[in-house]
Amino acid sequence: MTSLNMDPNIAQPDDFYARLLAAHEGKSKAESDAINARLILILANHIGDTPVLLEALDLAAEA
Amino acid sequence: MFDDRYTLANKIYPYEKSPDQDLPDAVRHPVVIVGGGPIGVATALDLGQQGIPVLVLDDHEGIGMGSRAICFAKRCLEIADRYGCGEPMLDKGVVWNLGKVFHRDDKVFEFNLLPEQGHKYPAFINLQQPYFEEYMIDRLRHLQAEGAPIQLRGKNRVDAVAVKGDHVVLDVMTPDGAYQVEADWLVACDGASSPLRDMLGQDFTGKVFEDSFLIADIRLKGDVSFPTERWFWFEPSHGEGASMLLHKQPDDVWRVDFQIGWDVDRKHELKEKNIRRRLDAFLGGVEYDMVWSSIYTFQCKRMDSFRHGPVFFAGDAAHQVSPFGARGANSGMQDVDNLGWKLGLVIKGQAPDALLDSYSVERVHGADENILNSTRSTDFITPKSEISKIFRDAVLTLAGKARFARPLVNSGRLSVPCVYDGLPLNGPDRLTGGPARTRVGAPMVDAPVDGAWLLEKLGGEFQLLTIDADAPELLDVDGIPVRRVALSAVGNPELADRYLGDGPSAVYLMRPDQHVAARWDHYDPAAVRAALNTATARA
Repeated sequence: MTSLNMDPNIAQPDDFYARLLAAHEGKSKAESDAINARLILILANHIGDTPVLLEALDLAAEA
Repeated sequence: MFDDRYTLANKIYPYEKSPDQDLPDAVRHPVVIVGGGPIGVATALDLGQQGIPVLVLDDHEGIGMGSRAICFAKRCLEIADRYGCGEPMLDKGVVWNLGKVFHRDDKVFEFNLLPEQGHKYPAFINLQQPYFEEYMIDRLRHLQAEGAPIQLRGKNRVDAVAVKGDHVVLDVMTPDGAYQVEADWLVACDGASSPLRDMLGQDFTGKVFEDSFLIADIRLKGDVSFPTERWFWFEPSHGEGASMLLHKQPDDVWRVDFQIGWDVDRKHELKEKNIRRRLDAFLGGVEYDMVWSSIYTFQCKRMDSFRHGPVFFAGDAAHQVSPFGARGANSGMQDVDNLGWKLGLVIKGQAPDALLDSYSVERVHGADENILNSTRSTDFITPKSEISKIFRDAVLTLAGKARFARPLVNSGRLSVPCVYDGLPLNGPDRLTGGPARTRVGAPMVDAPVDGAWLLEKLGGEFQLLTIDADAPELLDVDGIPVRRVALSAVGNPELADRYLGDGPSAVYLMRPDQHVAARWDHYDPAAVRAALNTATARA
């Protein structure tokens, strides 16, 4: 069974972080909320693995 | 004397004074059913077909006005077929397969129910509830004419109930005054606000959903028509509802359903000019006649147990769900299907009282499944928090362009029959590679056999379905007969696909409600005996 990857896995972390912020630039709170929600759904579907998703949900909720 | 609580569509069982009312002592009946709606009448048909005397008491004299429940699912129709009234429902009903989902006027996607071939009944029909009830009462009259011991008394209102150990005593009010009725067994089919549930002090717990829905049934004028499809809008731009449903019924009537919020003035909203304002915003210049309208709210609730000594609760009296997914009347019919044969065996002395506890166990399982599904649909259709609305809208926005998001769109998960997985009446599942859909606990799946339908051959008694396997034609298992239904899957790919495992033969023990009690790849007398005793709580 796969488990959530807790190790660094993004090649250029600063670049990714900048792209994430750029996606929200100039957006209202409502637009940003919508982008985030869509992003979560897109990524969750890409992962697809239920135990991994549940682990991610737990980690996010406890943070 | 007493007033009707609602307008009748058809005064089909007018009050007649019963001789019981003039007797000094209360007459004892084996079974009294309270409520003459679809679930009460179905219970009378089930028991009446078994030859068990039943008395139905209803506080009205016929069928209520209004389309109300309009979506009847395959399993419900198969149960009605076993009661001898499925075919007129199918003949009158509208069959639909295509559904379309819109968000802010744009079509997000469409789905096809893709009916599988080789079934007598389709996945769904749309039919106004009064027709559904009328066909059942027609069947009841037919059975009465054949001598079935069924009585249906209109304008007989139960005002009090007392449970006296092994029986109940009812105080019944009629236009000629009060009288008493006794019953060995009482089946409460008196609806979502069940007076009997209150009289017996039973809780009804769950969630109330703070939203209202306006139903308008309309008949279009002129040459205008819509296709026979289910159309569902989230946030239509005309703004006359947070969501809206359009669905076809027989007689060229269309059901339009507007979600109009919680704090509404019912009287104001139900004025014709206000309903027309909403309809006009949706339909543009189309002309139409109004047929019926109503406002409903709903809750997802159930009783802790559907059995209390000699009293059973069935249908909305026992559990209530949101209408999304057609799980109200459809699950009530499954309640009746489940209770009828059990009560029959116990009354005939062929099974112990403990069998009746399994009614609550199995149907609570069914109710929980329905409540879960319908709560999830409700949470999607009417999001309860800011964040749930954000996710709902994200799903709808994505569904238009990304296939993966479409299964997340929940405009009602349509009712599928309940499988009694892992429950106490189940016997062994020893058919190697047996299909999951006909596993132990599942209702039998229809298939064409010899120019007829498999389900027409099944039900009403315990049976042994043998497919290319030997078994005696008739077994007697400690007083309960088990009749063989012998079939061959040679040249019948549907039967093979739905019933055979890896090997060439299969043997199914079937309950009278057409659910699988146990299955094997060959006939073993000791195993069948043990499974039948388990299925009747005699083990």
